[in-house]
Amino acid sequence: MAEHTVKAFDEDITRLRGLIAEMGGLAELSIQESLEAMIKGDEDLADGVVVRDKKIDALESEVDKLAVRIIALRAPMADDLREVIAALKIAGVVERIGDYSKNIAKRVGKIEARKHFEPLTLLPAMGDIAAEMVHDVLTAYAARDPVLALEVIATDDKVDAFYNSIFRNVVSYMMENPATISSAAQILFVARNLERIGDHATNVAEMVHFAATGNYPPDDR
Amino acid sequence: MVTVVHPNLEKTDAKMSAREVSVYYGDKKAIDEVSIDIPTKYVTAFIGPSGCGKSTFLRTLNRMNDTIPSARVEGSITLDGEDVYRSKMDVVQLRARVGMVFQKPNPFPKSIYDNIAYGPKIHGLASGKTELDEVVEKSLRRAGLWNEVKDRLEDSGTALSGGQQQRLCIARAIAVDPEVILMDEPCSALDPIATAKIEELIDELNGSYAIVIVTHSMQQAARVSQRTAFFHLGKMVEYGRTSDIFTNPLEERTKDYITGRYG
Repeated sequence: MAEHTVKAFDEDITRLRGLIAEMGGLAELSIQESLEAMIKGDEDLADGVVVRDKKIDALESEVDKLAVRIIALRAPMADDLREVIAALKIAGVVERIGDYSKNIAKRVGKIEARKHFEPLTLLPAMGDIAAEMVHDVLTAYAARDPVLALEVIATDDKVDAFYNSIFRNVVSYMMENPATISSAAQILFVARNLERIGDHATNVAEMVHFAATGNYPPDDR
Repeated sequence: MVTVVHPNLEKTDAKMSAREVSVYYGDKKAIDEVSIDIPTKYVTAFIGPSGCGKSTFLRTLNRMNDTIPSARVEGSITLDGEDVYRSKMDVVQLRARVGMVFQKPNPFPKSIYDNIAYGPKIHGLASGKTELDEVVEKSLRRAGLWNEVKDRLEDSGTALSGGQQQRLCIARAIAVDPEVILMDEPCSALDPIATAKIEELIDELNGSYAIVIVTHSMQQAARVSQRTAFFHLGKMVEYGRTSDIFTNPLEERTKDYITGRYG
């Protein structure tokens, strides 16, 4: 995009985009690390995810303040306005994604007899897709790429399918191994969190599409 | 080049219509084939960088450019279907129907009362003192100035503050019961409070008159108008609902201008 006549306006927008990118990067890392911690039973790694969530929250409030300041001082119009509004909303959604990872991390210590606990092996593939959605939607945001945003939206079906399949698997496992029900229930929550992360990545993708084109993606998906 | 008209724009009754209007100052083409309908019930804003022709185009609507010897107008402009530029058009009558408010308030060096009464008197719109008093009060009330000046109607119009003078000029335009009011940067010489009062007044008048406003303040165009036309280098680049122009302009040049990326 061409530069603003007032350079400080460009600097504000660049800073806003940088904050979102930083938040997104941390959120993506937290998804991966919370799952790794869950699968390996690594509680230190899990603690790191919980601590990182505070940083994500702090970045969100920084985005809020900067966005309000830009609106007050620069009176953004057209795509600038959409950019700022989208940044505000995206920051809120990415913060939620961080919360879901934190929630996964907090469940790490609640899995018993981890070594022989099969349902854990169902998670990595779903986690990879959810993390990839977040990664791709941030790339789409950075590139203002509505086409990539649509691809992210289409990927959400896969995450939903994974969730349904894990749900069925875990329920069968529970019936066959009633002694592990409380651990297995944790896995259902983890899968549920990943499914929600996919939904939120989809929301971000819609915002990216809106900021780039002025329109929300068509509904027929 | 054709103007980009937003596809979602509803058809509305047109008070004035311009078709392929070009304006020349000597050899220089200042306006290049502009076509637009001025809706009866909306405020239309013309925006664009200095020298883009928006004021020139505004002035063609009530033939103010006639006063410039080198100016020449091509194409057609109609008011309720009547050709504004036909040779038998009474220009004084036209300017009563299509009133104008200028950048700097220009009250007559007369009393507040006479500033308003002058037009109705020469156009024969009021007979006798009582009727004239009524027109003066009604016009000042509509312009939101009555309460501030009712006890000093004999004071000179030029003794008022800038914002009051501008509202006096709007009252003066209203007094002759116009159909269209053209405003050329009506707030550029006013402070923010006086500006807000004028903008409130424009809102009040909206619906009763077709209003066209030229403004350098995009925020003002966004606040007061329902239709916006963007001018650039003598051409009308884009025309649409104000809310669409300011959130999702279709043309790159419009976008660059309203987001502050212009040149």
